[in-house]
Amino acid sequence: MSTKILVTENLTVSFGGFKALNQLNFSMDVGELRVIIGPNGAGKTTFLDVITGKVRPTEGQVTFKNHRNLRKLSEYQIAQLGIGRKFQTPRVYPKLTPRENLQLACDRPKAVFPSLFGQSSPASRQTVQGLLDTTGLVAKADLPAQYLSHGEKQWLEIGMLVAQSPDLLLVDEPVAGLTDEETVLTGELLLSLAESHSIIVIEHDMEFVRQIAQTVTVLHQGSVLCEGTMAEVQANPQVIEVYLGSPAESAPSRVQVG
Amino acid sequence: MVVAIALLTILLLPLLLSDFRLKLVGRFLSLAILALGIDLIWGYTGLLSLGHGIFFALGGYALAMHLNLQLPDGQIPEFFSLYGVQDLPWFWQPFYSMPFTFVAIWVIPMVTAGLLGYLVFRNRIRGVYFSILTQAMLVVFFNFFNGQQKLINGTNGLKTDTATVMGVLMGSDGAQMALFILTVVILALAYGLCRWLTGGRFGRLLIAIRDDESRTRFLGYNPTSFKTFVFAVSGALAGIAGALYTVQSGIVSPQYMEIAFSIEMVIWVAVGGRGTLIGAIIGALMVNLARSFLSEQFPEVWLFFQGILFLGVVTVLPQGIVGWLRSEAGSQMRSLLGRPQRVSTYSSLETDPEVQYEHENLSH
Repeated sequence: MSTKILVTENLTVSFGGFKALNQLNFSMDVGELRVIIGPNGAGKTTFLDVITGKVRPTEGQVTFKNHRNLRKLSEYQIAQLGIGRKFQTPRVYPKLTPRENLQLACDRPKAVFPSLFGQSSPASRQTVQGLLDTTGLVAKADLPAQYLSHGEKQWLEIGMLVAQSPDLLLVDEPVAGLTDEETVLTGELLLSLAESHSIIVIEHDMEFVRQIAQTVTVLHQGSVLCEGTMAEVQANPQVIEVYLGSPAESAPSRVQVG
Repeated sequence: MVVAIALLTILLLPLLLSDFRLKLVGRFLSLAILALGIDLIWGYTGLLSLGHGIFFALGGYALAMHLNLQLPDGQIPEFFSLYGVQDLPWFWQPFYSMPFTFVAIWVIPMVTAGLLGYLVFRNRIRGVYFSILTQAMLVVFFNFFNGQQKLINGTNGLKTDTATVMGVLMGSDGAQMALFILTVVILALAYGLCRWLTGGRFGRLLIAIRDDESRTRFLGYNPTSFKTFVFAVSGALAGIAGALYTVQSGIVSPQYMEIAFSIEMVIWVAVGGRGTLIGAIIGALMVNLARSFLSEQFPEVWLFFQGILFLGVVTVLPQGIVGWLRSEAGSQMRSLLGRPQRVSTYSSLETDPEVQYEHENLSH
């Protein structure tokens, strides 16, 4: 158990009778890069919502590192434990500059009075400068983030995630709306991050999944359908049926579902 | 800069204005302190409070109670006898003490704001629901103060002009002059405080909470505590403003908690420019000066004018006067005068921030 960073047991979330997650059992090791795929409505985003405390599970529990049951904690406490999240559409602060966005994520402690009286530490300024370099935002570091392109916002948000220095990164569709080139670069960025973090990526873009995936988990109707390497998953007849509705055809290279 | 302006105001205005006008300006300056508090929560944190009259009035009442107790031993304020009250109500007792009163003026509104804010923010009530709730609280406080003749003279309020503190009559010119200077000094201090609050890490976090509150949670911040804190600070500023306003108008009454007045406060900030501290001050001064001027000349017109002013600001200058001056005044004046815009290359280059950045930083 000690090497597991995240374990969920019998996780169920029901919204007025509809089960978004249904007896979901999931576990991943420290340092793993896990990709979660699944058709629309499979419960992928709800799964992240439960881990980060946005949605309380109806049944079951989430264990993160040695913190059993995150149910009682609220979002900010879970974030402080070391779970960072990137949203589907980039959510950066438009009126703040990329530097300020990153600094906001990096600064700690995060209570009222330290932020009132404390300055950003030189170490955190260094980290921020390094992240601006990594994400290629140095030239625009001091412009309001609303002027960034979509791809740059995606990168800035990944940067903010890293600036939080969480142990577990939850990344929801990092390449939605990016060009092919940006997609490849994002993949490389995630792979380099995976060397020092545990990461869960949710993605639809199969090309991208193939680039980064070590282990893939397929969700369907709120439960794990199957788990394995990309090749195993693609060969699984159940997965093909779920995605295409017919076992006869093979999975296409780029399944676009929403 | 701030000190210089404050000194100029203190030295010059008394020479230029009659006592009556000076007193008026002093009152408006205390309203500017209130406007700073509103700007702090609305302009920076995105909390539109329509109930700041509560905190303003609480500060006013705290000071007025102290002044009403400046009596020979054994006497209680005159109005009590009208309602057959023999003994001073218990909550008046501590207001005999001047140090207590000076603390109460800002601590009572601050604690009230903090408590109300905490309950509301903890339940994640936001946006228009928050505004409606603050207005409902305002109505509750208004009706309570209005109805309690036996405790605080109800709808008649408490007079302060006739009180004598350390041998000085509050309504006298000397006392009013001192209050004017005090108001300017406190306004400058309040401005400094707000500058400090909005400047550093804390200020950026307020903006972050305004623009995307739930995102801040996932960064590990608890917005409830930040919002409660800033709402309490805003309440404290309103309380101080209320006390200064009360002694310069000579009376505090439940009228300070009328719905229209709390909405007016928001209008000042909108007119001046929310999210700019100097805008809040300018807005409060301008709207109130315009009001006193217009209502002297054409008593009937003021309310229409105020409505038009608000509509005009919302439609034409959504960022307020100061916001407009800072962002687009230059180019709009040019186009009004028929001059070409300042575009020296292709417009696609002019609007590209990357190109602009290189233009500004690499060309020299």
